[in-house]
Amino acid sequence: MVSIAPAIVVGFEQLEEVLVGTNPGRGAAEGRKDVSAQAVGYWKANRRLQLTLLAIWAIFGFGISILLAEPLNEIVIGGFPVGFWFAQQGSIVVFVILIFIYAMTMDRIDHEYGVQQEELGAARRRLQRRMQRRTTGETPLEPEDREGGR
Amino acid sequence: MTVIALTAIQTWALIFAVISFSIYIGIAIYTRVKTTSGFYVADQNIPAVANGAAIAADWMSAASFISMAGLIAFLGFDGSIYLLGWTGGYVLLALLLAPYLRKYGKYTVPDFVGDRYSEIARLVAVLAAIFISFTYVAGQMRGVGIVFSRFLDVTLTVGVIIGMVIVFTYAVLGGMKGITWTQVTQYTILIIAYLIPAWAIAAELGDFPVPQVSFGEVASELNGLQRDFGLTEYTQAFTARPMQDVFLVTLALMAGTAGLPHVIIRFYTTKTVRAARYSAGWALLFIALLYTTAPAVAVFAKTNLIQDVANQSYAERPDWIRNWEDVGLVTFNDRNDNGAVDSLGTTTDTDVELQVDPDIMVLANPEIAGLPAPVIGLVAAGGLAAALSTAAGLLLVIAGAVGHDLYYRRFRPAATDRERLRAGRVGVLLAVLAAGYFGVNPPAFVGQVVAFAFGLAASSFFPVIVLGIFWRRTTAAGAVAGMLTGITLTALYMYFTIFEDMEYWLGVSPEGVGAIGMVINFAVTIAVSLVTKEPSQEVQDLVEEVRHPRIAPPAAPAASTAAPSE
Repeated sequence: MVSIAPAIVVGFEQLEEVLVGTNPGRGAAEGRKDVSAQAVGYWKANRRLQLTLLAIWAIFGFGISILLAEPLNEIVIGGFPVGFWFAQQGSIVVFVILIFIYAMTMDRIDHEYGVQQEELGAARRRLQRRMQRRTTGETPLEPEDREGGR
Repeated sequence: MTVIALTAIQTWALIFAVISFSIYIGIAIYTRVKTTSGFYVADQNIPAVANGAAIAADWMSAASFISMAGLIAFLGFDGSIYLLGWTGGYVLLALLLAPYLRKYGKYTVPDFVGDRYSEIARLVAVLAAIFISFTYVAGQMRGVGIVFSRFLDVTLTVGVIIGMVIVFTYAVLGGMKGITWTQVTQYTILIIAYLIPAWAIAAELGDFPVPQVSFGEVASELNGLQRDFGLTEYTQAFTARPMQDVFLVTLALMAGTAGLPHVIIRFYTTKTVRAARYSAGWALLFIALLYTTAPAVAVFAKTNLIQDVANQSYAERPDWIRNWEDVGLVTFNDRNDNGAVDSLGTTTDTDVELQVDPDIMVLANPEIAGLPAPVIGLVAAGGLAAALSTAAGLLLVIAGAVGHDLYYRRFRPAATDRERLRAGRVGVLLAVLAAGYFGVNPPAFVGQVVAFAFGLAASSFFPVIVLGIFWRRTTAAGAVAGMLTGITLTALYMYFTIFEDMEYWLGVSPEGVGAIGMVINFAVTIAVSLVTKEPSQEVQDLVEEVRHPRIAPPAAPAASTAAPSE
């Protein structure tokens, strides 16, 4: 039982790590030499993006579609009471968009922190080279050429 | 030999069934696998869009295809629980689970739970995965049997056996690889089969042939019809369930979707972490095609139904109602002997004059719209595709639990790849036999329990996987305690409210209690984790590893743990 109080303090610090990606008291790097500052920054950026998107998810999925459905149903557009429309159409569309925003923003964050995974197919690589040639006028080497002997 | 006379509809249903089954078997032969990795995760070589389509087919079962629109038609606004709950879960999957589990990259959900926590946690996860998947798969085999018996005039048992043979063939030969490409085909078939009748009806009833647009005007017309018929308005919120219950059921379905093992393992098959994120987006886009159409179908079907029976003597009812009466899915009980329909409800409403099985709302659509026989045959093939694709995904989870988690990880860690592959195939065989048995002889409670698999998944897997990734401090003791309390309390509440007629506490229905179980699971896991010793460096390294798409497994502690862990 004695260990509970400090455990709760530690718990809050850990929870803060979960929510905003910082870890004040026990800095992520402290005693964890394997976790670089770069890795901490990446995770923090990811957490921030997730919190924003999950907030929008909750506002549409639970706020507008359920909690505010009755007042919103007083407004009718195109035959649809607005609360009804969000609950049966609009929120689904918002969910799809949120996932693509997440995937695309993470592409950017991955690049920023140098953890992107190359997976362009042969056709995409050809297209990219052609675009590059058109804009710069020079012919970039095939990645395979560059790596020559391998 | 007797000559079997087939109607035009049966002929077309048979043609489409044979064509689609040949494609499935063809894919199985083409993609047959030789390695364990191919068998469980399709060599992690599936492009994002194809994986998205496979997830969509894996996810959308006979319930989504046949039953959902009908359920919504009778729930009105409150049918949103299915629409929101079964789509919103993908946001949780895409953000909180899929990329990290893909990075982890092993074969099953218990694999992650076991490596992250402990062997006991692995065992609890195996049992939960088997339990959840079985409740689900029995319903799918039964769905196959029902479509067969309704459209092809064979007995339910024969239908189930045909379904078993087909699924078994392509799951055993092709494993996850075969299942994936079959599911891509099945998605194509089921979405075409769903959209054609919907668009045809939209063109007939609305001013504009896009169901998502034109059902607004029809819905306001339906509001008037329902009012005249003594029902509440269709779009009025919270007529079937109180607001807090709609909230809880939606949450339970969302978290349950994100915690269902057969959905999660579909993300292990992408090429990269990045592709896992995108395939979640594609999956939901493909699902949304059907899920935004379903509420429109519900409105059209309900409008047709009321218009066809209201304000006239029942003797003048149209042919499509007579057809379904013959099959016993529509029953008329003229309580006041006035020869007209005065009240209307589903088969579970005992005090109404006209009882309608919600399933016919989708199945009757092509007839109501007067579409030709080939389209009705296509709808039958679509229903089969929806049921078979989901069954295959579930069978692989059970096979993985038996052949991988139990045989390989627990009893024979030294097994060779060949032996593990054979164990996986034996797992499929056992799972198919058991699923088929339950499909033919459903335990009385299966029908009800399928809907509750979500609550069980939400209250067991979802919290411990999310915490396992996002909170390094989560301990094995915490996870085991959390999973056990969550799933036990949820299952007990379901049992007592359904079978012992216990009063609902604070208006919480058994479908919604999973959300409460989930919160309890979170609380218990966190509390117990805080008073137990923090996880080992090795486990914390694993957490760090799954969070980043491209960190090499930490090399630092290699000196201390020289023995390779893989």
